[in-house]
Parts: sequence; structure tokens; C-alpha cells
Amino acid sequence: MASAPTYVETQSRPGAFWGLLAAGGLFMLAAFAAFLHFEHSGHVVTGMDNQIVWGMPHVFAVFLIVAASGVLNVASIGSVFGKPAYKARAPLSGLLALAMMAGGLAVLAADLGRPDRLIVAMTHFNFKSIFALNMMFYSGFFAIVAAYLVTLMDRSLGGYNKVLGFLAFFWRLALTTATGSIFGFLIARTAYGSALMAPMFIIYSFAYGLAAFLIVQGGMYAWNSLKLDEGILARMKNLLAVFVGASLYFTAVMHLTSLYFARQIDYERFLLLDGGVYTATFWLGQVVVGGILPLVLLFAPGATQMRVIVASVLVVLGGLAQMFVTIVGGQAFPLEIFPGYAISSTFQDGVVNNYSPVLGEFALGFGGIALAFLITVVAVRVLRFLPQDDFATLKAED
Amino acid sequence: MSENNSRRGFLATSAAALAGLTLAPGIRLVEIAAAKPDHEPVTAKVRWGMLIDTTRCQSGCTECVSACGKENGLSEVTKPRTDAQWIRKIDLKELKTGRALSLPMMCQHCAHPPCVDVCPTGASFKRADGIVLVDRHICIGCRYCMMACPYKARSFVHEPLTDQNPEVPRGQGCVESCTLCVHRVDRGGTPACVEACAAAGGGNGGAMLFGDLNDPESAIAKRIREVKTTQVRADLKLDLGVRYEGI
Repeated sequence: MASAPTYVETQSRPGAFWGLLAAGGLFMLAAFAAFLHFEHSGHVVTGMDNQIVWGMPHVFAVFLIVAASGVLNVASIGSVFGKPAYKARAPLSGLLALAMMAGGLAVLAADLGRPDRLIVAMTHFNFKSIFALNMMFYSGFFAIVAAYLVTLMDRSLGGYNKVLGFLAFFWRLALTTATGSIFGFLIARTAYGSALMAPMFIIYSFAYGLAAFLIVQGGMYAWNSLKLDEGILARMKNLLAVFVGASLYFTAVMHLTSLYFARQIDYERFLLLDGGVYTATFWLGQVVVGGILPLVLLFAPGATQMRVIVASVLVVLGGLAQMFVTIVGGQAFPLEIFPGYAISSTFQDGVVNNYSPVLGEFALGFGGIALAFLITVVAVRVLRFLPQDDFATLKAED
Repeated sequence: MSENNSRRGFLATSAAALAGLTLAPGIRLVEIAAAKPDHEPVTAKVRWGMLIDTTRCQSGCTECVSACGKENGLSEVTKPRTDAQWIRKIDLKELKTGRALSLPMMCQHCAHPPCVDVCPTGASFKRADGIVLVDRHICIGCRYCMMACPYKARSFVHEPLTDQNPEVPRGQGCVESCTLCVHRVDRGGTPACVEACAAAGGGNGGAMLFGDLNDPESAIAKRIREVKTTQVRADLKLDLGVRYEGI
């Protein structure tokens, strides 16, 4: 019955399971080595400098945090909007939200100048800072989603499920609003300082989160040689298409409004026309790979599970491209201190800033994904997270 | 015996008197030695500021930059991408007319500093007298302040440090910027850059003027009353402590 979803444990193929753990562990090890290297030698050994202060680790970290809040949507559609097909997927959605948030925050913390002072960040709050507010939202997110997960998996606490589902839903909206506002509140830089950043990040999170969910769900079904119900697949792929379309719409509105302000035309020209790697990453990465191609794959007739997974992978790649354009591209464009003047100095004033990330920065970023991956793989192994819509079919295949 | 007693009494009285004398002058000595005693908080009655006359600032002259480096223990800039630069010389050329000018750029010590607003831990802070500083004990090195500063005034310490000036403690992994030579100002002095600029100007004085913007009788307040001065990116309405003349 749809109203009483069932879940199965996946204890099959122990060898392959340990192989997955080893693969994830290797990425974690590489990230840890990079972390030690950066903290020992200082950030001088990275590609970041006094102009590009946030680099590749932030691209991965912010992506993971934004996707973490988005992946929880699957649970919200079940608990808040009462859709049974999504309710069966709520535990996996909650788990992925926690895992990806942990991965993102780990990367963010590892890239601090003084990661040893993490406790300071948790005990000293400047309440005017949107960054401090984000830290509170992240901590609350862990607590609320964990409690929500317990009510989903322990039927005796099921009575609290609806309330916590609502709380988690509103909390995640507030969290992504705050994450988008990290950039929205930067008045000095042309690329940021827009109120549109917050809602745009929310719609991005819908797309990235659902894409991540579909990839993991697809992997789990393939692992257990199961086939996802076609009706459910069709609904989820259409939802992803709506989110991808909405992301493209917000991106277009963001740049169109920006073009309307004369003082921002130079930045738009840089990003859309002659910004080199940033222009290419925007058009090819964010728009084509992350937007148009997935839409074509999702809307072409006869969508298969594999095609939906490919579309989801493209959305994730497009998401990383978007973060690169937003975070690094925004810093690469020269800060306009004296509008109307050509400017030069020993501090790279007036020039487009170069950024060549080193391998360790990628290692740190992939380490965040690996942490989320390991948490998911272990949790799925020991607890019942696999969404199962037709229990009888599963039993027959066993 | 009575003689002994009186001697003891004399010694006790003398010791007490001596103790009293030492304590009282002790306090006075501190007051005399420092313009602002360490135990007294800074006050908002003062707003430290700087006025830079760009018509007197020479392109190619970097006396202020060198003096800052020497005073604050910053190494010579050999790696422009990652070395800390608390003050830098900027050359400007107006796009329409070609008018050229040169000026030093550093922390503008805003009354409403964006770096202080965004700092998650409160490490970036503004003193009551308007000087914007970083508390190196609680800076976690997140670099959000560098994203927020409209003047690129801040540097991140990218490498381990050696040969620090004990009066200006710095630390790898923290963000830092011009302190307006707060350690000198608190003793009644002026920032090193201002002093060096004045020395370079010979008898004519320098291009930099330091003083209390709140004191109508100060040289800086008088000058700002007399000539047209500019706050950089005035559109942001940050109420800057550093003003420019001739832009």
C-alpha cells in the first residue's frame, strides 16, 4: 500500500561494498593530505591569493551545501505535500541531506586559514553577519533533519513526523536564503550584491538536490538489480526538468536585470562575451551542460532510468560550473574602485585576476563528495533506506 | 627598650609612607608617559582620519609603502599575488581626459565597515575612535571580509612569518590590514606612512595629513573645511576616515 511504504536493507555483494568504501577512503585520504599540506605551508601553495580569496574548495563546498538543502525536497514533497511516492523516499532524502551537508562543511572548514579555531567560530557570533547566521542554520539543519529522520524510521514516533517535516522544510528554505545572501550582501562587487541571489540559490538547490537524489537512487536500484516504477520515474524526471527550467529562467532574469544597470554592463560583457574561461564555463557548463542538454534528455520521448541518471549527472556538472562562475568569476572581474579611470598598482588593481587551482584544491573538494558518499554507503548498508514501492516484486526477485 | 620601640615605629612609618609614595607616583608616571593610558578605553570623541593631497603625491614615490612595511614588519613585496600589502600606490588615468594622478590606497577606516558587518566571529571590529582592526585571536581566516571590502584593503597571511615586530603581532592564516599604526597613535604619535611622506616632502610637508576629524581646531578638520575632498566610492555611503584631495 502506498500509505505504508516499506524499506529493505541491502546486504548483498559484500566484496563490492568494501570496494566502494576503499574508493571513497582513497579520496578522503587525498583530501586529508591536501589539508595538512595547505595548513602547514600556508595558502601560498594553493592557486588562491589576495585577489581570488575563495577558490575551488568553496566551489565544491557551496555546491554540496546548496544541494544538501535541495535534496531534502524529496522528503518535503512526501511529508509536507503528502505525496506517497515521495514519502517512500523521505528517509533516503534525509540521509543524503545530512551526508552532503557534512561533506560541504568539512571542505569549508578545511579551507579556513585557521581551521584549529573552528571552536571560535562556534562560540563567537557576530549576529549582523550572514555568515554567522549560516553557521547557526547549518547546526540546526543537522539537528532537525536527524530528528525528522528518526520519526520517519521509528514508527512509534511517527506522530511527530508531520511537524518535523514542516520544520525541516521551512528551515531548509531559510538556510538556502542565507547561503545565497552570502553573495547577495556583498555590496562592493559588481557580480554580487543582488536580492535575486537568495531565491536563485533556492531554485538551484531544488535542481542540484533532486539530481543528486536521482543519481543515488538509480545507483541503489542498479546495485540491487531492481527496476524503478515507470510512473515514479516519469514524475521525478518531470520535476527535475521543471527545476532545471526554472534555474535557467532565474539565471536569465539575473543577467537581464544586471544589464539594465549601466554600471554593471562591463561586468556582464566580461561574463557573457569576453571573460575567457568564465564565459566558456558559463555558456558551455552552466547553460548547455547543466541546462539545455538535461532538458533535451528529460523531455525526449521514451525516457529510461539510465537517461534520467545521465541528465542528473549533467545537472550536477552544470551546478559545479555555476558555482565556479559565480564564486571565482565574480572575483576575477576587477573591483571598480575608481569608476571612469584606468587603474594600475602592485596589487593587481584594474586587471582580470588569474586563478590556476592546484591539484590539492580539487582533492579537498572531491574529499567533501567522498565524505558524503561514505556516509551514504555505510548508512544504506546498515539501515533501511532503499525506497521500495512494490514489496511483493522485490521478494520475488530475491 | 623604648629607644628600640621608637626605632621600630619609625621604620614601620617610613615603610608605610614609602609604599604610599611608590603607589601614587606609579599611577602618575603612567599618565605622563602615554597620551592615552592603557587602562582607559578609547573614546568616540575622537575620530581618527587622514587626508591625502593627490596633487602633491608623486607617481613612482613609494616612501609611505616602505615605511609601512618597516614599521609593521611586512616583508618587501616579492610575490605580489600573495604578499601582504597594507598600503599600495595606485596610478590613475582618467579615461576621457587622460589626466593622470597617483595616490596611496589602504584601509579607509569606514564608519560603517562592510568587513565588520560580514565577519562571522566579530574578529573584524571598529574601535570607538574609528580605527578598524582585526582581532588576530579570533580571526578564523574565512576571508569573507576580503570579499566584502570595496577597496581591496585587506591581505591574507599566506605563509609562515618570521622577524615580526613585537608591537604588531601577525599570524599565518589570518586576515590583516592597515591599523593606522594604532600602536603609535595610542602613544600620541602619527602613522609611519604620514611621517615618511612628510620627510620625503622636505620642508614643504607631505601629501598626507593625519588627525582628529571630530576636533574643529585640528589641521585636518580645517583643511577639509577649506578644500573639496572626496571619499572613494562615496556612493556606498560608508563614511570614510580617509579622504582625498584633487581627485
